[in-house]
Amino acid sequence: MTARCSLSSNARSNLFANSMKLHGILNGLKRIAFTKFSDSRFTQQELPACKPILTPRWVISAFLLVSVVFIPIGVASLFASRDVVEIVDRYETECIPLDNRTDKVNYIQTPGDKSCNRTITVPKRMKQPIYVYYQLDNFYQNHRRYVKSRSDAQLRDNSSASETSACKPEDMINGKPIVPCGLIAWSLFNDTYSFSRNNSTLVVNKKDISWKSDREHKFGSNVYPTNFQSNETLIGGASLDPTKPLSEQEDLIVWMRTAALPTFRKLYGKIEVDLEADDVISVTLQNRYNTYSFNGKKKLALSTTSWLGGKNDFLGIAYLTVGGLCFFLALIFTLVYLVKPRRLGDPSYLSWNRNPGGH
Amino acid sequence: MKRYVYINDDESARDLYCDNRISNRKYTLLNFIPKNLGEQFSRFMNQYFLLIACLQLWPLITPVNPASTWGPLIFIFAVSATKEAWDDYNRYLSDKKANEKEVWVVMHGLRKLVQAQDIHVGNIIWLRENDEVPCDLALIGTSDPQGVCYIETAALDGETDLKTRVIPSACMGIDSELLHKIKGVIECPSPDKDIRRFDANLRLFPPFLDNDVCPLTIKNTILQSCYLRNTEWACGVAVYTGNETKLGMCRGVPEPKLTAMDAMIDKLTGAIFVFQIVVVIVLGIAGNVWKDTEANKQWYVKYPEEGPWFELLIIPLRFELLCSIMIPISIKVSLDLVKSLYAKFIDWDNGMIDQETGTPSHATNTAISEDLGQVEYILTDKTGTLTENKMIFRRCCINGVFYGNDSGDALKDVELHNAVSSGSPDVIHFLTIMAICNTVIPIKAKTGDIFYKAQSQDEDALVRAAAWLHMVFVNKNANILEIKFNASTIQYEVLETLEFTSDRKRMSVVVKDCQNGKILLLTKGADEAILPYACPGQQTRAFFEAVEQYSQLGLRTLCLAWRQLKEDEYEEWSLLFKEANSTLVDREWRIAEVCQRLEHDLDILGVTAIEDRLQDGVPETIETLRKAGINFWMLTGDKQNTAIQIALSCNFISPEPKGQLLLIDGKTEDEVRQSLERVLLTMRITTSEPKDVAFAVDGWALEIALKYYRKAFTELAILSRTAICCRVTPSQKAQLVELLKSCDYRTLAIGDGGNDVRMIQQADIGVGISGREGLQAARAADYSIGKFRFLKRLILVHGRYSYNRTAFLSQYSFYKSLLICFIQIFFSFISGVSGTSLFNSLSLMAYNVFYTSIPVLVSVLDKDLNEETVMQHPQILFYCQAGRFDFIMLSTLFFQILCIIFYNFFICGDVSLEIRLIVGQWSLNSQYQFLNRLLNPSTFAGWFGRSLFHAIVVFVISIHAYAYEKSEMEEVSMVALSGCIWLQAFVVTLETNSFTILQCIAIWGNLASFYFINWIFSALPSSGMYTIMFRLCRQPSYWTTVFLIVAAGMGPILALKYFRYTYRPSKINILQQAERLGGPILSLGSIEPQPRPILEKEVSPLSITQPKNRNPVYEPLLSDSPNTRRSFGSGAPFDFFQTQFRLSSSYSRNKDN
Repeated sequence: MTARCSLSSNARSNLFANSMKLHGILNGLKRIAFTKFSDSRFTQQELPACKPILTPRWVISAFLLVSVVFIPIGVASLFASRDVVEIVDRYETECIPLDNRTDKVNYIQTPGDKSCNRTITVPKRMKQPIYVYYQLDNFYQNHRRYVKSRSDAQLRDNSSASETSACKPEDMINGKPIVPCGLIAWSLFNDTYSFSRNNSTLVVNKKDISWKSDREHKFGSNVYPTNFQSNETLIGGASLDPTKPLSEQEDLIVWMRTAALPTFRKLYGKIEVDLEADDVISVTLQNRYNTYSFNGKKKLALSTTSWLGGKNDFLGIAYLTVGGLCFFLALIFTLVYLVKPRRLGDPSYLSWNRNPGGH
Repeated sequence: MKRYVYINDDESARDLYCDNRISNRKYTLLNFIPKNLGEQFSRFMNQYFLLIACLQLWPLITPVNPASTWGPLIFIFAVSATKEAWDDYNRYLSDKKANEKEVWVVMHGLRKLVQAQDIHVGNIIWLRENDEVPCDLALIGTSDPQGVCYIETAALDGETDLKTRVIPSACMGIDSELLHKIKGVIECPSPDKDIRRFDANLRLFPPFLDNDVCPLTIKNTILQSCYLRNTEWACGVAVYTGNETKLGMCRGVPEPKLTAMDAMIDKLTGAIFVFQIVVVIVLGIAGNVWKDTEANKQWYVKYPEEGPWFELLIIPLRFELLCSIMIPISIKVSLDLVKSLYAKFIDWDNGMIDQETGTPSHATNTAISEDLGQVEYILTDKTGTLTENKMIFRRCCINGVFYGNDSGDALKDVELHNAVSSGSPDVIHFLTIMAICNTVIPIKAKTGDIFYKAQSQDEDALVRAAAWLHMVFVNKNANILEIKFNASTIQYEVLETLEFTSDRKRMSVVVKDCQNGKILLLTKGADEAILPYACPGQQTRAFFEAVEQYSQLGLRTLCLAWRQLKEDEYEEWSLLFKEANSTLVDREWRIAEVCQRLEHDLDILGVTAIEDRLQDGVPETIETLRKAGINFWMLTGDKQNTAIQIALSCNFISPEPKGQLLLIDGKTEDEVRQSLERVLLTMRITTSEPKDVAFAVDGWALEIALKYYRKAFTELAILSRTAICCRVTPSQKAQLVELLKSCDYRTLAIGDGGNDVRMIQQADIGVGISGREGLQAARAADYSIGKFRFLKRLILVHGRYSYNRTAFLSQYSFYKSLLICFIQIFFSFISGVSGTSLFNSLSLMAYNVFYTSIPVLVSVLDKDLNEETVMQHPQILFYCQAGRFDFIMLSTLFFQILCIIFYNFFICGDVSLEIRLIVGQWSLNSQYQFLNRLLNPSTFAGWFGRSLFHAIVVFVISIHAYAYEKSEMEEVSMVALSGCIWLQAFVVTLETNSFTILQCIAIWGNLASFYFINWIFSALPSSGMYTIMFRLCRQPSYWTTVFLIVAAGMGPILALKYFRYTYRPSKINILQQAERLGGPILSLGSIEPQPRPILEKEVSPLSITQPKNRNPVYEPLLSDSPNTRRSFGSGAPFDFFQTQFRLSSSYSRNKDN
């Protein structure tokens, strides 16, 4: 017992000594760290620093470099954009019978068959896949009332069907929640197109036109449209097949990716055959969507794609402009530098050196 | 208002006046939260953020999650409240310590130990030697039979010498035992803060002596915080207690200091706020108009026919919230963070550690470092600040023999030691005068060493030197002085002391040698006050030469002389002297006249030379800082002559012909006015000349000038770059600071003693020197440094860097918030003016908190110029000073920019024209920038224009590149955001002058972390931007767009900056170029009129130009002085009648001892 006791006391004292030693070491380390820190280059604000200045050579070569890089990219993107074949057909006026054109809104709001035939000619060979877009103008999908009027929770999962607070005024009907609720879904675009070439139907593939991530994660496969467009008096746009889950309603999914600009295109489908030059394609469309109230245009667009996307000359032109301007600036700077060289850092420019005592 | 203090009356006055509890606390436990919140909300920015945060709680209008404002807001408030609480707790602790100190108090006739806080007015307090005085006391008894006691008033007025205080005549001779029972009444004024005046009456009640009223003056008081010295005990009646003591009244609450930078930022914030309101109103109206005309056509928006009554307000409020990020909430947090780092840099700086004592510099106030770079006036104390406050006896000339000329130290001169030991009578007399012709009090320490307490450091030096030469002044016991010479002890009885006055410039003592009964007159004084009175036969030429020589060396000279008096001559004179001493009218003059009768036919013994050492590097520091455009004022309690001497030797004023010193003086109001007007006139004439004109004013004239001629004096203050104010009180020092502050100048006050505390607290920046006069000033100051010369580094390095960094940081913060805000505004034009936010709340919050604040925080490491370059070219500090607010310029710029915006969006809408106009606008701004300060409305307008330009670039490019089928909201938003972040990185890169590894990490690491963070969010299915960033990064068009934004955004800025940098360089740019290109900086040194290496050599030549006692500066001073009557002709025989005339003017100063 005593032995154990003494042992333990011994051990304790050992432990104590050790801990003291440790403490001492720690303290020492701390002190070293502190002195190191307080004398460090950081605390003395003397970290090694690179201090570039804007010398002519540096600036001129920077501008030259930018122009050298930008001009080829500009040319490349311009070519890419030119390679894209795009057919745009504006139809909102032509698809209204002549005698209804004085009151288009009334025409579009009256139920009935509103089919309309358009023919378009392919100017150049178009390789598949050919994307079919509808383009709306002056349509503010980014309007605050509109853009907020949706319920992501409800779209994702049928257990949150009643989460419609954000969807006003299209949240409930007769006390029951609308699925999908909100103004965006309610105003779903409902013109339809069918294409034929030489009397043979061109198949428009409407599968996989939406983002995969949306289908899998944003729109639930167990959410079915309920009470949608059931308000008889005010039908916004297309209605949905209540037997298909939202994750398969790709038109809706595309539509609900709101556009940031009042002019936008949305994918309608894909034509997966090549179109030859001078092919005549007849389009049968159902002109149902009301853009007439706000003088919005409706266009149908068929387009191939390039590495840069659709037909858009902006990037190419902008690149060429910026590259050209940079080249121009580099040239001017070089000229000015050669014609009127100026010694950098000449102390005689310091006013107090010129005029001692004064400022 | 009077107060009646009933002495030793335990009951009656108890509750009439406050007890002696000192409280410096700002809060109590109960009022902390409301008071602190109230204080915080008194700042405009906080009110604004609170309003925004509250508005965000309304879901109908909020574009983003309210947490994005509430979180930071609560955080900011919590941080500053904690800081305040901690400070207040520390104040509480120090008060508690003072309050619980125990003192001896008579209670109910018994002496008891009582806590200081329980002292009441009327109590009798007993103090022992070296006790601190707990409250203001009227003396009634001391251990000294003559009723004298000595106190040290350093804490009160900063003077370290001992002062004598006497008990009033009524209490004279009361037995110390009876003092317990004394009763009476003191009639005294209500508490005030004049530490030089106490006009009261004492009447003791029977049985004590008479019923006569006995007058009390300041000489009969001991004030709080003084120390009792050299006196066994003293007792007094508490007259003022607690916070009502003279010290307490003086203390005042130091106001929280706001830097000029803060003020400017607040003003710019205000301007931005106005701009924001305008934008909100315009957009709100536009939104409502759109809603009324367009929205009912846009059927899919389904606007209800009838809205609630506040319908009209909804859109403007939405825009208000959308634009609220215009004023960055992060700016306050980042500024606080950065400022504390500035303070840390000061603490850490090895270049500002006082090697002698090992004291590092310390920044007590962490909030005002930028102001250091903007200082325009430095008000400095003299003693202990410029000088070391250490006088050293260096040389002497005894009877034509020079000692110490070879070694530079007479005390080490073997010849002098030989002369002393050989007992040459002249040398002995010389030493005797050095030892006893003074008012020094020797104090014997317990160890046997003798310390000297002297009113003047000169006397102290002389006594010490005498002691070193074996003539030790051992003891002063009433009138008996005891000197030890070698082994023998000599005793002298002081018969009369003819005190020093600045007019007589000499002092004498009449002593009687106790051994042989001879009566001697011992005199010391300035050469012009002694040499003319040499006895007729004596050759004074040698002494003139000695004085001349010593003055050339910058030493302070004193002539020593003596005369043996005949018994009857003394008796006769003594009567006259007594009579003069008791006159009531013109006493000063009468005494001077009587003294004159004795001080003649002197036997001149020699000249002493004392070095009042300037601190190391003072002249260089002042020279450098004056070159930096900083004006210096010297405020000293010292004599005018001394002040001028010191001013000369430390480059404060230049000697003729470069400089000119004007004097304002006068005894009466009228004289002061005339003198002031004359000086002002001279000053106005000479301002055009490149001449150093300075003025000197003494305390009395200053008081009159400040009281009656404030306007004229203010004008003078503005005109004059240099001023010397002598004999000023602590509160006058503070008044002068106030005066300069009222003219909107940035002032820095530097001092070392308790008498500087008020000035230090009053000034925009207070710097304390932790020196010999204790730590009082250092504690009250915002910065404490070990030596005056560190001021140069503090201002030129730390102040300047801090200013530059904050200027960049604050303007950049506005730039980045404006950038994102402009994009939002532009977006609202294509979203039906409905207040949609392009960016999601997560991005908006992270934009301010992460993406943009980290790289800019590292700008605290940025150095535009090397420290050495700044030191060589202090003029560059000019770029930091006086960034004054020009509202007109700012408003025109804003107006122009607004015009452009509305012109483009409502009328024209042509983007290319818009860019052209903006660029034009921008170059206009850059023109304003040539006015050249780093943070002012025009530089700010430059940043404003830049943010507008960048917003246009980002917006236009992203909506055109991501048009049609790619115009998906989340994608466009991320493209625009990426564009902003990339531009930020390049802007910071372009604006950074020196890249350390940390900056590289912060700038590019931040960019990487932007992608990283967004990838994380893109990987979360629940987040709104699921997969967006992955999709974008895979698209070549994303990268091409981003690079286009960078090139289009940075190209013009780089070109413009390059153009300005090369063809319209600012002084900073030139120096940068010179510095980086290496070569020219060296040649610069030769062009520079007085570069550093030469400066140091110049110390000795400077001292040569320093005048002798009748100095050349003093002459022009007098010839220019309006009061020509007062001319002392240089070297002219001192005219008795002139003196008489001079002194005849009423002389009511020197109320103090």
